[in-house]
This record gives sequence, C-alpha cells and structure tokens, in this order.
Amino acid sequence: MRTFLAFSLTALAVLAQPLMATAADKKTLTVYTYESFVADWGPGPKVKEAFEKTCDCTLNFVAVADGVALLTRLKLEGASSEADVALGLDTNLIQEAKDTGLFAPHGIDTSAAKVPGGFKDDVFVPFDYGHFAVIYDSEAIKTPPTSLKDLVEGDPSQKIVIQDPRTSTPGLGLLLWVKSVYGDKAPEAWAKLKTRILTVTPGWSEAYGLFTKGEAPMVLSYVTSPAYHMMEEKTERYKAATFAEGHYIQIEVSGMLKATTNKALAEQFLAFTLSPQFQTIIPTTNWMMPAAATADPLPEAFGKLIQPSNTFLMSPEEVAKNRQAFIREWLSAMSMN
Amino acid sequence: MLTKAEQTRGLAAGAASLLLIGLFVTLPTIALLITAPDGLGQALFDDYTLSILRFTLLQAVLSTLLSVALALPVALSLARRSRFPGRIWIIRLMAVPMGLPVLIGALGLIGIFGRQGVLNDLLTSAGLQNPVSIYGLTGILVAHVFFNLPLAARLMLAGLERLPPESWRLAASLGMSSWSVFRFVERPALATVIPGAAGLIFMLCATSFTLVLVLGGGPAATTLEVAIYQSLRFDFDPPRAVMLALLQIAITAVILLCLSRFATAENTGAGEGRAPTRYDGQGPTALAWDTLVILLATLFLLLPLASILVSGLRADLGRLVSMPAFGQAALTSLAIALTASLLSLLMAIGIIKARSAIAGRRPRDRSLTAFSAGLAGLSSLVLLVPPVVLGTGWFLLIRSFGPVTPFAPLLIAAINALMALPFVMRVLEPAVAIHLARTQRLSASLGITGWPRLWLIDWPGLRRPLFMALSFAMALSLGDLGAVALFGSNELTTLPWLIYSRLGSYRTHDADGLALILGVICLILTALGTVGHKEKQ
Repeated sequence: MRTFLAFSLTALAVLAQPLMATAADKKTLTVYTYESFVADWGPGPKVKEAFEKTCDCTLNFVAVADGVALLTRLKLEGASSEADVALGLDTNLIQEAKDTGLFAPHGIDTSAAKVPGGFKDDVFVPFDYGHFAVIYDSEAIKTPPTSLKDLVEGDPSQKIVIQDPRTSTPGLGLLLWVKSVYGDKAPEAWAKLKTRILTVTPGWSEAYGLFTKGEAPMVLSYVTSPAYHMMEEKTERYKAATFAEGHYIQIEVSGMLKATTNKALAEQFLAFTLSPQFQTIIPTTNWMMPAAATADPLPEAFGKLIQPSNTFLMSPEEVAKNRQAFIREWLSAMSMN
Repeated sequence: MLTKAEQTRGLAAGAASLLLIGLFVTLPTIALLITAPDGLGQALFDDYTLSILRFTLLQAVLSTLLSVALALPVALSLARRSRFPGRIWIIRLMAVPMGLPVLIGALGLIGIFGRQGVLNDLLTSAGLQNPVSIYGLTGILVAHVFFNLPLAARLMLAGLERLPPESWRLAASLGMSSWSVFRFVERPALATVIPGAAGLIFMLCATSFTLVLVLGGGPAATTLEVAIYQSLRFDFDPPRAVMLALLQIAITAVILLCLSRFATAENTGAGEGRAPTRYDGQGPTALAWDTLVILLATLFLLLPLASILVSGLRADLGRLVSMPAFGQAALTSLAIALTASLLSLLMAIGIIKARSAIAGRRPRDRSLTAFSAGLAGLSSLVLLVPPVVLGTGWFLLIRSFGPVTPFAPLLIAAINALMALPFVMRVLEPAVAIHLARTQRLSASLGITGWPRLWLIDWPGLRRPLFMALSFAMALSLGDLGAVALFGSNELTTLPWLIYSRLGSYRTHDADGLALILGVICLILTALGTVGHKEKQ
C-alpha cells in the first residue's frame, strides 16, 4: 500500500515538474486566458509563435475554464497574481474587473480597433467580437423566427435551448438582449418564451451539444457558429436567424494588470492583439469576428454569415449595476407557472 | 478481542484520519470567510433560497426512493443467479455510470429517452401522439436512477454475497419458500446495507448540479449546489457560498440522522469465507423473473451507454488517441485517480480501525461511542462539501504562501479522495467487520500479529473488498470535473476536462470519442478491480 502511494506521489511530482521549471534566460510574459483559446486548434499556439518572433520573450498562457472563471481567478489572486495580461473578459464583466482595482490603463493606440457600436476604453482593448444569434437546424425548421418578437410569440412546440444567465456569458447575453428590446416588459416576454424553452443549461457546451444531437431545432449561440460548420464540417445545415430588432453583441477584451513587472512587454502584447497578424488568426480558430484589419481577406464562409443591422450593447456600468436585479426578474418570470 | 496496543493504534489511526479530514475541510472555509470582500453575503433566507431548498430535497428524496426500490429486485436476482451468463460483466458495467462525466451520461440518456431518442421513435411509430419528455422533474429522476441504481445494486449485492454459505444451506434444508428466504435471510442482510446506500445516494442527488440544470428545464428546477456555484463563480461572494454550503450540510445531516435510525445492528455471520452456492430459486418462474429483471436493468444501463458507443465510434478514435494532449491527460487522470483512491483507502482504514477498536471495548465509554459515531457521520458528510468551495478556499490558502500550480494535482487528488471516502467506507466497513469477527479470536489464540497477520490473514480475506473499493474510488475520480475546474490549466488537463474543452469549441465528435474512451477505461479498471470475483467462481 505505501509503495503504491509513494509511486503515485512520485508520478504526480513528475507531472508537476514542467510547471515549476521556468525559463530564466528570457523575459516571460504571462497571459491568463480561457481554455478554448489555448487548445491545440485554438488561437493560442499560433499567437504564441507569432508574438515570440517579435519580442525575444517567452509567452506563457495560463488557461481557466472561461471568462467568468478568469475574473474569479484574478479576484482570488489579488495583487499577487502572476498575470501580466488578462485576455478574454467581455464587456459585461469589465466594470466588475475595473472595480477590483487590479487593472492599469493600457496607454496604447487603439485606433485600429473597429467593433460595431464603437467600443472604446482606456483600460481594456477589444480583440474580437460576435453577435449572439439563434442558430437553427434548417432541416428541422423551414421558417425560422425573423425577430425576437417572433421567437417569443412563435410556435411553442418548436423548442430552443438557452443557457443560464447565472452561470454563463451567452445566457447573460440573451438576458440583456431581451431587456434591451423589451425594457420593462421583459418579464412578460420571458413568461411567453418560457413555453418554447426546452431546457436551460449551465453553459454553452451543454446547450450546443443538445442542439447538435437534434433535441431542439434552435439554440442560442453566435452569428459566427455556422462558419465553423461550413469550414470544418462542410455543411450549411446550421444557420443563424436574422432578427429585425437587431442582435446583442459580445466583445472580448484584454487588459494589463497593475502589478505586472513587464509593463513594456505587456503593452507590446496588447498592441499586438490589434495587429493584422493576430487578427488573421482569430476568425478560423476562435470562431469570432476580428476586431481590427486582418492580413488576408476573411474566408469565404464568413461572407455567407448574416449581417446584424442593429447592435445592442449595454454599457458596462449599467450591466454591473443591474445584473443582480435583472437576474432576479428573470428567475421570478421563469419559475412562474 | 483486540489487544490493548491494537486498540490504541486503532484509535490513533481514527484520530489521524479525523484530523486530516477536519483540517482539509475547515482550513479553506476559514480562508474563504477571512478574505471575503466587504459588503457581500446578502440575506440567506429569502423566498428564493427556500424554494431551491424545497426543490433540492424533493428531487433528492424521490431520486433516492426510486433508485433504491428499483435496485432491490436487481440485486436479489443477481445474487440468486450466481451462474447467469455474462453476470460478471453486468456487474462491471454497473461501475461505468459512476466514472462517466455527468454531461456525457446525460447526452447518452438523451440519445435514448430524448425527443429524438430511440424510445420516442418507437412510441411515435407505434402511433402514440405525445411522446415522453426527459426534461423537467421526470428527466432528473430518470438520470438519477441511471447513475445511482447500479451503485445501489452493487452495494446490495455485496451485502448479499457476504452472507455465509451456511445460511443458504440451512434455508435449503428447511425447505424455505422464496418469501421466507427473503424474510429471514436476505432482508436482514439488506437491512444493513440499504440505509447506508440510500444515504449515499441521497447525498449524491442533493448535490447534483449539471444533470439538474441540463435536464431540469429551467429556474423552477434549481438546487442549492447551483446557488453555491453561482455565488462563488459569478458573484464571488464567499460568505454566501459558505453559508449555503453549511445550510446544505445541516439540512442533509438531519435527514441522514433520521435515516440512520433505521439501520439495524450489523450482521456478523461467521462463515468459512467460501463463495456461496445458492440452492433456492430453481423453479422456472423464479428463473424467468430473475432473467427478466436482470435483462431489463441491463438494458436500462446498456442502451444509454450504447448510444455513447455509437456516437463515440463516429469520431476518429485513432487520431484522438495519438494526440499528445490525450496521452498527457490520460496519464494525469490516472495518476490523480490512483493517488486519490489510495488516500481514500488509507483514511477509510484509519476510521474503520478506530471504530472497530471502540466497538471492541468493554465497558462502553460514552465519549468514545460518540467519537465513533462522529467518525462515521463525518466520513459521509464530506460528500456534501461542494468541491468548488473546497477548491477556492485551498487556492486562497496556498496562494498566500506561493504559487498554487505545483500543488494543484495533489489538491485535486485530495478533493477526489474526500469525495470517494463515503463509497470506500460503504464497501470496506462491513467487509472488515465480518473479516475481523471471523478471524480475530483465531489469530489471537494462535498469536499471529503484525505483518504475518496482515499478509496471511487480512490480505487474502480483504483483498476483494479492497480492490472493489479501489476501483469505485478510481472510477469516481476519473470522471470528476468539479475539482479540476478551478485548478485545471493548459498544463494540467484531465480526461473529463479535455472532453469539456472539446465540447466548448464545437468539437462534439471529438468529445463523443473521448467519452467512449473514458467509459472503456472505467470498465477496464473495474474489471481489474473485480478480478478476485472470477477466481472464486
């Protein structure tokens, strides 16, 4: 028994080894981000390669589950965090992020950034964006909803899977979307939409999994989702529905930590996120829209995506102030029978 | 009778286990409460908390009742049919749901019971208008039964197999009817197992998170665990999270206390340690009934797993297995699972030794009896401490001394060990009690102690339950996502983490394939864990 324990502890120690080894000769920039950014097929490996060519440094990604986990991790670590840069918060989270007092103004030129709604901030730099959209299976639905109103009042037997705004950013996005369109009438809208909702999942993965299994013909995702299916799976079966009122947007940002010991390098990286090199990597790895000019034109599939006519985005301050109240409103509307 | 020295050693081992568990749970809780930002921790008792509390308990009670009630005939039939074809593989199959990441299991269930599932296809083609819906309370219940019926059946079966062969011989020579066999032989044996199994399942269902959210349908089906997760992950409100966790533990403890009153004294039948041969149930009716029950249960388990198999085979398994990320994740998962299960075994052995030392003392000492009950209660209740609370607290604690990453694998292993402890205890404790009752006096009279006793008497007698406990714990740790979610990074990836991250970037086929591989690994592990079974037959 003890030998077994000793063996497995040794195995654990061996596994932990590379984590403790640090490159001493070069400067290291530590970037906290979310898991799918650093995955083999994500932007991470290519970004690392491209940036290291320009900086004579080591770019070290540390990944947590998602943007929310990223903010929690920073709050947990406080000023002693090893992070120089945090990449992957969205605009709904940045007021809370600023309130922690952990972030420093970036001080770089962000004129290259062009996101719908013209987001500008002195602390956070946008690096990509995506409009939320209802994705539908064109083999199951012939007449998709053409507006949010249409979705709310449509045939309750055609179900949609949404995410929980308490545990996921797309869920929060839909909540703010409905609030933007319906205002004070949002609870009534939710009460109606409730009959169409097959189920509410904790995160995007669960919802999209149910959708691709064919459980529901609609799911809340991004305008860019069909591009993945077109390019990687060679199918145009999954499409985004254009909503007449407009679409709510998610803008992903990065920012520099006050406590960084590599201020110049961190600024260099933030500027790099707006460079054509970085931006070219984003569309086909992160499956989001680039926030600045790319080196090559966007792949053909992106030309087939819908173009939202109107963009909704609540100010970060408004979201931070009202999120609790909105969620309470949602809870009571959704749990009524 | 234990010698004085053995008693002291036993008590020390129990105290050590207790201290270890106590520190591991309270230290991070304190860290969380201390570092809480000001002005948080809103009022705990509002209508909303009450309504989620109500739903948490309702679904957990119903799930437990159903799982146990449905597992009962399965265990009885399996115990009676010791030569049922493929029996050993059916039993091994029952460990697979435990090791499956919950989301994958849920998708498997949806493949069968979902709107597009096999069952509804059949019902629709049979002309039924309103097909069954797996969403809402029904869905939660079906899923909880899928995950917990096998567990209950395995625990009950282990209880029945511990019965001495003399019981069956006696029952046969008395010509007992199957009802009498149930009343006088099986029921007492089951009565020692069922309250524990029910308590365990109740705790598992009370802390269910992903299943309740995915299949529950919406906010009407929300559990305390969701509220805890949300207050830490989204609001970063540690006091509220801790208070909700305490509420969860307190309420569930009361229910478990009530449940434990049903437990009868442990049956320590003195047998010869041989695999029992059954003489009853030879008639065609009994055979038909058992076959039907076993087949139905196997089908209920197998169909969702088959649906995972079918979607898994669609993935490019060769490419998945040859990815470096897969090798790394598999190795990490196995190292963590092995460490976790061994830690769990050591803690369980400490607790069991202390409890048997206390039980053997005459006259009975009240404070020691309370200590013994406390040990038993604590080893169960740790299951209710949400991993996200433990993980966050430990993160804060280690953080104040240095970087956390080097300790992350060990922390995950420790959290998994704690999660597995109640399972390990359920398997080991009755087995050890029976083993001691059978061998104690004889070894004492022969003067066999220390290592020779461990090697000659204890190892052969306890090898099977030890391996079974080990495979339970490993399967549980392999499928766990809760602990790794906080510490996991690109450098520390386990198999469930890999599955979730593939799902999180549209790679549904990859995730299906990896889920299949994980399921197969769990099956192989339990096959190894129950090798002793085959030898005996």
